Amino acid sequence: MPFIPHTEDDIQEMLAVIGVDSIDTLFDEIPDELRCDELKAVPAGMPEMEVSRLMQTRAREDGQPLCFLGAGAYDHHIPAAVWQLTTRGEFYTAYTPYQAEASQGTLQLLYEYQSMMTALTGMDVSNASLYDGASALAEAVLMAVRANRKSKSGRILVPRTLHPLYRRVTHSIVRNQGIELVEVGYDSKTGQIDTSVLEQYTGEDFAALVIPQPNFFGVLENVDELTEWAHTNDMLAIAVVNPLAMSILKPAGEWGENGADICCGEGQPMGAPLASGGPYFGFLCCRQKLVRQMPGRIIGKTVDLDGKPGYALTLQAREQHIRRSKATSNICTNQGLMVTAATIHMAIMGGEGLQHMAAACHGNTEKLSQALCSLPQVESVFDGPFFHERVLKLPLAAKDALKALAAHNVLGGFDLSDDYPELENAILVCATEMRGEEDLEQYRSKLERVIAAQVQTPCQLKPDW
Amino acid sequence: MIYEHSRTGRRATAQTNPEMAELSDIPDALLRKRPAGLPEVSEMQAVRHYTRLSQKNFSIDTHFYPLGSCTMKYNPRACNSLASLPGFLSRHPLAPDTHSQGFMACMYDLQEILKHVTGMHDVSLSPAAGAQGEFAGVAMIRAYHDARGDTARSEILVPDAAHGTNPASAVMCGYKAREIPTGRDGDIDLDALKQALGPQTAGIMLTNPSTVGVFERRIKEIAGLVHEAGGLLYYDGANLNAILGKVRPGDMGFDVIHMNLHKTFSTPHGGGGPGAGPVGVSQRLAPYLPVPMVDYDGTDYVWLTEKERPDSIGRLSAFAGNAGVLLRAYVYARLLGRDGMHRVAEFSSLNANYLLKRLMEVGFDAAYPERRASHEFILTLKKQAKELGVNTMDFAKRMLDYGVHAPTTYFPLLVPECLLVEPTETEAKEDLDGFVEIMRTIKQEAETQPDLVKQAPHTMPVRRLDDVRAARELDLAWKNDRNAQPE
Amino acid sequence: MSDTPKELRYAKSHEWLRDEGDGTATIGISEHAQELLGDLVFVDLPEVGTNVEAGGDCAVVESVKAASDVYSPVTGEVIEVNESLDDAPETINEDAFGNGWMFKVKLDDAGELDSLLDADAYDALVAEEDH
Repeated sequence: MPFIPHTEDDIQEMLAVIGVDSIDTLFDEIPDELRCDELKAVPAGMPEMEVSRLMQTRAREDGQPLCFLGAGAYDHHIPAAVWQLTTRGEFYTAYTPYQAEASQGTLQLLYEYQSMMTALTGMDVSNASLYDGASALAEAVLMAVRANRKSKSGRILVPRTLHPLYRRVTHSIVRNQGIELVEVGYDSKTGQIDTSVLEQYTGEDFAALVIPQPNFFGVLENVDELTEWAHTNDMLAIAVVNPLAMSILKPAGEWGENGADICCGEGQPMGAPLASGGPYFGFLCCRQKLVRQMPGRIIGKTVDLDGKPGYALTLQAREQHIRRSKATSNICTNQGLMVTAATIHMAIMGGEGLQHMAAACHGNTEKLSQALCSLPQVESVFDGPFFHERVLKLPLAAKDALKALAAHNVLGGFDLSDDYPELENAILVCATEMRGEEDLEQYRSKLERVIAAQVQTPCQLKPDW
Repeated sequence: MIYEHSRTGRRATAQTNPEMAELSDIPDALLRKRPAGLPEVSEMQAVRHYTRLSQKNFSIDTHFYPLGSCTMKYNPRACNSLASLPGFLSRHPLAPDTHSQGFMACMYDLQEILKHVTGMHDVSLSPAAGAQGEFAGVAMIRAYHDARGDTARSEILVPDAAHGTNPASAVMCGYKAREIPTGRDGDIDLDALKQALGPQTAGIMLTNPSTVGVFERRIKEIAGLVHEAGGLLYYDGANLNAILGKVRPGDMGFDVIHMNLHKTFSTPHGGGGPGAGPVGVSQRLAPYLPVPMVDYDGTDYVWLTEKERPDSIGRLSAFAGNAGVLLRAYVYARLLGRDGMHRVAEFSSLNANYLLKRLMEVGFDAAYPERRASHEFILTLKKQAKELGVNTMDFAKRMLDYGVHAPTTYFPLLVPECLLVEPTETEAKEDLDGFVEIMRTIKQEAETQPDLVKQAPHTMPVRRLDDVRAARELDLAWKNDRNAQPE
Repeated sequence: MSDTPKELRYAKSHEWLRDEGDGTATIGISEHAQELLGDLVFVDLPEVGTNVEAGGDCAVVESVKAASDVYSPVTGEVIEVNESLDDAPETINEDAFGNGWMFKVKLDDAGELDSLLDADAYDALVAEEDH
């Protein structure tokens, strides 16, 4: 019996103590007509060796292509120590630190995480994580609507330069509370939020303006100006940032005169593998005065009976287990293990190490962009400053180009034509620090072949891994 | 504190190139002026620090962890290593289907297995945790009523013993939560339910076995009443471990359910997540399931997104939820297979009923002594609190000294001085017997030297913490000016 | 012997009210309520200028393990709040009927005061709840 330690003798002794003659009797309060059959449609159990063979085969099927795809999930180096420590049983198999005295490891680590995130973003406080970047933005929006008492409209300005999936997720999560997301277009030359569109909303009632940095196109927004505009118009400024970018860019807490009010984003670049999209973690930071509007766990430093420092869950009266229907959110379990990895990752890399990593990604993407733009009719679309991701226009349909590249086992980037049809044949490319010179050259030469072939006849290549 | 090991100029030299690449194309005004105040430590210092921190935790791998409602059972190591195969770890979430068939096959199989074990018509794996599953479930209930133009329904009913996420999820979906009392026998108060039902009822959220640890015997009747009033039934899968392979939520009459894979399917709790909260629905709610989902067209696995499922309540995370957790659950399901699944319910119930009987023999009071325990049970220490002045929290803290993680305390709220104990199926009889002896000892201590128990724990890295100070004098982050020149 | 001040009026939801005699009233939570909640760590007060309704929730008091809504016993406009509670919520624990007052309301209808409990009736209510 997999993972069940009972011997036949154990079972008999235990049944005798309970005073029943069979295990089945333990289910006698369940009405007979509800009892189910033997789950014939579920496959029979397999020993670990066989499951292992199955999983190895399936993992190999996915081919480990050369990845130039970013769009919210990035292929970064993770120091070996990060996951060796994170999967220690004491981190991996503990739960939410309800018994503080027996959970000081997790609690102190979370406090360190909060410290590192506030240092990185320049904000006052951080929670202990949410599910992912997109759902963190949804929580930030809900938080802004609660916190901005001057605004009654429940409306939020959301730029089209924000990740399209983040816009969709936020809509799914906030719409039932009557919150409206109003889209703001972008400047087709720079790829930044179109400030002339924004000006039209001057003086109107919005709870917040969402400011991505870098934005979905990899373009850097004029964050100071945008933050000031939001504050002048009685809106909160919600920053959506890449934490790796924060190691080199002006932190959200320093934007404009007073800084952004809420800062959230996707934590994946800090130690989480790509892994099909999760688990990652969302982070959420804010200014001190908004802390009671924050959802999720928060850890505070305090002292024990002897005055010795220790760590505990705090401000729990915001949360569902106390406040129930009036809680700031329904969130309970968050992404603790991913935060464990992120904390160890940030500790090993340090502020300077992260800067090196960020600069390496940025430099690689710049090199890739130059190499690809040397091909006929491939050009960069926006002229605004950027960080580690660029929009390029191709001389053929983006879908066809990416499909052909995939057949060469190269993931060439993200197809923008569904979400931004006006950009026509545009793709979003990213070369992290993991890609070497030869990888960049491989992409360039494969794309060259694809363009040459596809501009004339459609390509029929099969995958070649 | 990791910051105390920090020295300026001590860099992660093994992890990066010595030369930093140029950033000259980024305007100065957008750059930060100095590196972020992160610790600058050597790799060994970090490894030593976090290894030591880990040793300050209780965990399933090191301690008996009978935390009620959380199903802290053994997390097989194979689940971790097989979900961490390089092909799975390196797969980009937006990779094309041609480079995703292996992963998608696992997700499709898992959807099918979960459909069968819950008796639901369709399953979506995307919710990232139980609470997000609840949100998705209630949002689907709302989408269903809205699609029928039945928009006057404004209330979701929840039992007073429900987990706090239930009412919070209802409110996030724009509903009012209305509480229904629990009867003396632990079942829901049927008369109160009848009175609460009406044209304003959108649905009811139930856990079965309930949060008081007993099976709701009149579930069919409840389902009939709610459906008759035009409402739908939501099944909170927190306690699915108790009935896996014995009775299915779909057969009980539920329209929508969520499962906590980090409970029933043994994925790790990770110090507070990540979990996974797949949702299952009956046929009439199928169009509203959150995306993405995986389908099989006879030759290939394909994604179902907003395009294919226009009535979906939408997307709850940017990509496909906690994929790595889902892979672990899939491995677990394949290891167990159909036989292993009903053994989960059988042995978790055997362990719980055995432990309850033994503890009652020792002199502890069950909250529902006349009822069969499910996979967990409630003790009430009302007597000890009143007669000895030693309360549930004191007992819980003293257990830590004896190397046992405390059960859930003071939940559900309606049982005074309660301990919710869930031993799970993976604990051996001798470990349960050991726990009984610990409880006997603490009870004796409470009688003879109550201060010893009231001052507990005595052997942990810290003694009881000042929660009031933590909340009044908020210290939520190491101050950055402190890390430049550590004392 | 009860310490419940005779000059105050009480709501069943454990707020007290002092009629200032000039069409305004001062409101707080009772000694019994603060005892039940334990050490308070935060008080969320209404904003000056907001209109509150009798029986409507308008403030929150938080301890470590609980949070409780505070309901206004009367209808009217909030004209002053006790800002010192922001930094010292424990004042309510220390002096619930005095320095721990929460907010002042300009009464819409002084007649509403008649429906509130006097000290004896409130003590009887508390005694009943204890059983």
